[in-house]
Amino acid sequence: MTSAAVTPRPMRRARRDWRGWGFVAPFMIVFLAVLVAPVVYAIVLSLFRQQLVGGSGFVGLGNYVQLFQDAKFWESLFRVTLFLVVQVPIMLALSLFVALAVDSARLHGSSFFRIAIFLPYAVPGVVAALIWGFMYGNQFGLSGSINDLVGFELLQPFSSQWVLASIGNIVTWEFMGYNMLIFYAALKVIPGELYEAAELDGAGQFRIISGIKLPALRGSIVIATVFSIIGSFQLFNEPNLLKNLAPNVISSYFTPNMYAYNLSFAGQQFNYSATVAIVMGIITAVIAYIVQLRGSRQEVR
Amino acid sequence: MSAVTETLPAAKKTRRPNYVRPSKAPRQRKSIVLTIVMAIVVIYSVVPLLWLVLNATKSQADLFSSFGLWFGGDFNLWQNIVDTVTYRDGIFLQWFGNTLLYVVVGAGGATFLATVAGYGLAKYNFPGRRAVFAVVLGAVAIPGTALAVPTFLMFSQLGLTNTPWAVILPSLISPFGLYLIWNFAVDAVPTEILEAARMDGASEIRTFFTISLRLLSPGIVTVLLFAIVATWNNYFLPLIMLSEPTWYPLTVGLSQWSAQASGVAAQPIYNLVITGALLTIVPIVVAFLFLQRFWQSGLSAGSVKQ
Repeated sequence: MTSAAVTPRPMRRARRDWRGWGFVAPFMIVFLAVLVAPVVYAIVLSLFRQQLVGGSGFVGLGNYVQLFQDAKFWESLFRVTLFLVVQVPIMLALSLFVALAVDSARLHGSSFFRIAIFLPYAVPGVVAALIWGFMYGNQFGLSGSINDLVGFELLQPFSSQWVLASIGNIVTWEFMGYNMLIFYAALKVIPGELYEAAELDGAGQFRIISGIKLPALRGSIVIATVFSIIGSFQLFNEPNLLKNLAPNVISSYFTPNMYAYNLSFAGQQFNYSATVAIVMGIITAVIAYIVQLRGSRQEVR
Repeated sequence: MSAVTETLPAAKKTRRPNYVRPSKAPRQRKSIVLTIVMAIVVIYSVVPLLWLVLNATKSQADLFSSFGLWFGGDFNLWQNIVDTVTYRDGIFLQWFGNTLLYVVVGAGGATFLATVAGYGLAKYNFPGRRAVFAVVLGAVAIPGTALAVPTFLMFSQLGLTNTPWAVILPSLISPFGLYLIWNFAVDAVPTEILEAARMDGASEIRTFFTISLRLLSPGIVTVLLFAIVATWNNYFLPLIMLSEPTWYPLTVGLSQWSAQASGVAAQPIYNLVITGALLTIVPIVVAFLFLQRFWQSGLSAGSVKQ
């Protein structure tokens, strides 16, 4: 038997039968119930509209047509797109820098840095938004103290031109450590002999980073980017909580997700709300797919 | 220089589990500048938490009168904690218990389902395997919160809203967890061992529980940690599913207190919000510090195959 085990992998998964379903079935049943069914239900909902008289009627793509002419929707979509193209690159660049620094062996006490920077990820988004919201505030926050110190209104986190940056800062704070860990984990599995070879060739730190580390990180950068894009398009927790503190600046349609939420729970427009959810799901999936495709194509190169 | 680039593809193919880099050039000089720059990043990461700890020690009056990043006049932490857990007949403790329930059942169940299914995908060849994999990977890209509103509408038709099931059921599915375990199981559970167990007459289920589960444990811990964080921090889903405060988890309860503190006819309970926030993050931060090295190894092993 031992000799059979030593032979180099004779046809993996040779037999094809139904046993595997026993393992996969429980997951798939719940998956169908809580993920596929709501999607189907939302698509059905989005094809109907609540009529003034006599329940809901079939309107085909009417809700979608209405959505594409809805200035509120476009405004919220534009806002999260702006957020996406500014916040995500800053956050990922910071995470990358931090991961390379922790991995570089040129840092005193690198495991302390790794844990300390990772810590914010454990903080619930709600608590993060509460803490930063208080710190932003004038009453007993830090902005107020700093403004008193310099003598004029230097920091105005809740003014209309700064509020998106304030939210971006909270999100960056929450997820920098998480992305760092993804990059760091990929750096850890680079085989040691690569570094030895580089050293023999006399390659410097920056040459090692550009020649070995960054190519090895490509896959995780793509994954982190995809997750960040998804996160940006679903932005909800932070603006919804800051809304209490800055009610005049953050509208009920600040992000598409807030729009969908308020349509459902403040406006009872369930059909239209489902339409927003479907359209956002499609946009997110398409963009995530394109990023993944581009990322992996470069890898083949 | 050329040798560096030439060894790259060859090294990529050798997929041995190389978790710890063998020789990490101990001759490297430490860089003071880099350490200082990183210290600034750490300050950025830690200051908000420091702010929370410091301000949880202040009375309501001190919150307004003292500097944000230092102690107030009185050390009020114990009084704040007592006030937080006794406010409105101890509703905070009830929220705490609800969160624990959602985490134990939701995250535990999600980890179990993802482990079993990921293992099945990695180690069995069955009809429809590719389809399952494609569907689940596609689901990773579906924004969870975009689904929340339709899920609410469906659950309200079924009469499930305002029950713990409305929070637990959707958190049972973790496509990312499944993906991690699938990746992990391909290498961590050698097919030869499974064949040997089959020859000895062990059933598939028994093999899974006695052999495979142990080999998968680093990956399972990783998935469990992700699931615990996700359910402990869950906000949007319980917010829309629950209208009865007795079923709230901590996150929704805290946000409700915060809204109460700053809305119209405000009833300022800032000290309770801040102390409650501190009490909310302490367990999860402690869990993190204990388990982070397991997490590390699971993630590294998962990313070996990309």
